[in-house]
Amino acid sequence: MGKMNSKLKFSKTTKSNMITYLIVAVAFVAVKILLAGGHMSSLMEGLLVPLCIYVMLAVSLNLTVGILGELSLGHAGFMCVGAFAGAFFSKCMKGAMPDGLRFLIAMVIGAAVAGAFGILIGIPVLRLKGDYLAIVTLAFGEIIKNLVNVLYIGRDGEGFHFSMKDSISLHLGEDGEVLINGAQGITGTPHDASFTVGIILILISLFVILNLINSRDGRAIMSIRDNRIAAESVGINITKYKLMAFSISAAIAGVAGVLYAHNLSTLTALPKNFGYNMSIMILVYVVLGGIGNIRGSIISAVILTLLPELLRGLSDYRMLIYAVILIVMMLFNWSPKAIDWKERVREKYFSGWKGRKGAAGQVSEGVLSKGKGGK
Amino acid sequence: MTLLDVKNLTISFGGLRAVDDFKLSIKQGQLYGLIGPNGAGKTTVFNLLTGVYKPNEGIIKLGDRDITGLKTIEINKAGIARTFQNIRLFKELSVLDNVKVGLHNHHHYNTLEGIFRLPKYFRVEKEMDEKAMELLKVFDLDKEAGYQAANLPYGKQRKLEIARALATEPKLLLLDEPAAGMNPNETGELMDTIRFVQKEFGMTILLIEHDMKLVSGICEELTVLNFGRILTQGKTADVLNDPQVITAYLGE
Repeated sequence: MGKMNSKLKFSKTTKSNMITYLIVAVAFVAVKILLAGGHMSSLMEGLLVPLCIYVMLAVSLNLTVGILGELSLGHAGFMCVGAFAGAFFSKCMKGAMPDGLRFLIAMVIGAAVAGAFGILIGIPVLRLKGDYLAIVTLAFGEIIKNLVNVLYIGRDGEGFHFSMKDSISLHLGEDGEVLINGAQGITGTPHDASFTVGIILILISLFVILNLINSRDGRAIMSIRDNRIAAESVGINITKYKLMAFSISAAIAGVAGVLYAHNLSTLTALPKNFGYNMSIMILVYVVLGGIGNIRGSIISAVILTLLPELLRGLSDYRMLIYAVILIVMMLFNWSPKAIDWKERVREKYFSGWKGRKGAAGQVSEGVLSKGKGGK
Repeated sequence: MTLLDVKNLTISFGGLRAVDDFKLSIKQGQLYGLIGPNGAGKTTVFNLLTGVYKPNEGIIKLGDRDITGLKTIEINKAGIARTFQNIRLFKELSVLDNVKVGLHNHHHYNTLEGIFRLPKYFRVEKEMDEKAMELLKVFDLDKEAGYQAANLPYGKQRKLEIARALATEPKLLLLDEPAAGMNPNETGELMDTIRFVQKEFGMTILLIEHDMKLVSGICEELTVLNFGRILTQGKTADVLNDPQVITAYLGE
């Protein structure tokens, strides 16, 4: 590390970020080539959009867990809120504006609504010290899921009708149409989602998160994670930055939800898609990929989504092998011996290149060389 | 000119009067020491001055401003910065970033300018880098700027904490046992650094310390606390020769 020259240090974070973007771009091109050549099974093809969704969820949760250092167990809840807000808008506006524009606005709405819920939950909970956020978000995810299941919204000539009972008590007129039909959810959402859109959204999420981390605000957020009391003592507004990180994380999950909703003809809130199992799954991606390591989240989300499909041939042993791989990955990523070993391999074969840790080492070239010269 | 003026400061935890009727007056540019046996309430005084605890009674004035009962971040903005007895660095951040967090409230650009990397982002970040490197150089930490803070040796971690506190551009610097855990060489070096900060930055410094060599070497005036109460206050030489103080430290 001591031998490293200033030029390397300057580009360390930037370079690392570029590699992350590049990985996504290369994956995109590779998949496109496979698709064009017809080398991809329809099953795999069907997994492409969900893959993008999981990557976005993992990356956004990493902002809360890895960068802010708070545990959230309700990420699927934000996805659910975003999905329903976006799908509701799309259903309302279907045909009223160009498809592309409608989809774009749906995403903005999904992000805004999910972000607003993030702020709503964050205001009381993020003031507390300890693991309260985990408990509250866990409850939030379940509440949202159940709430959506009893929500009925219809529209007729007079305007919108709401009910929490059933579709009949909406009292719709002759021309009325049920938009959200309780447990049956929203049917007939336009199918706007595609792999390309998914990749673009991943890149945008990465752009927002990586640039946030490497800015003044990102430093403030990470300082709270590392030492709340010290952060306060140097004048960092704890609540503001916690809320900022948490709501951005929620907003990106909301966008992932919108993408999810526009990939299905029927959107329902089931334990399978928006339940706590899903939230835990996203957390597993984050933990396996390395807490605070954005690129790791992407890779682990991809591997863990594809794995069950790739192991399908093994039928009965599928989940067993899945579990073993989880444990092995966890050991490889987190056991001190493995970390030492990786460190040694890195020094031997990739000297001068060190793994990202927080935003460590972001030094502008001029300043550092000046510092060296002055010594 | 009096910079810090504390009168009648009192706080109780349950039935225990941790700090009782504390008073203190520090002049601009002074290097002041707060000493006393373990559990005398020294750190509690620091926590009161920085708003971690709210006093039950008393007034704290910084310059002309009454800062009693303000929140920690407001007190920092008003001009008091501190270090901690048990080092509290941002461990995963780089040495440079630790100082840049300290500069946070003096160099602004908004979130969108940061995310979209607008010109202001680059300009302000450059300013911050330069300012931070300047401070690091004062503490001979400039070569370690890119290190993760947790990887610094102990003595340098202490120095980094002081650099971070100074980055917030305080009027008054509170040092909580800066020499704790240091060997005599490091302590000597630290004394020079503290004197340097006092002179070069024109800083007013209040420090808690157990190391008598350090205290007698650099502090101009002392306050001795014992069981939450002031035992004696005055010029360093007079205080250290006070029989009461010797008794408090060594017993009857």
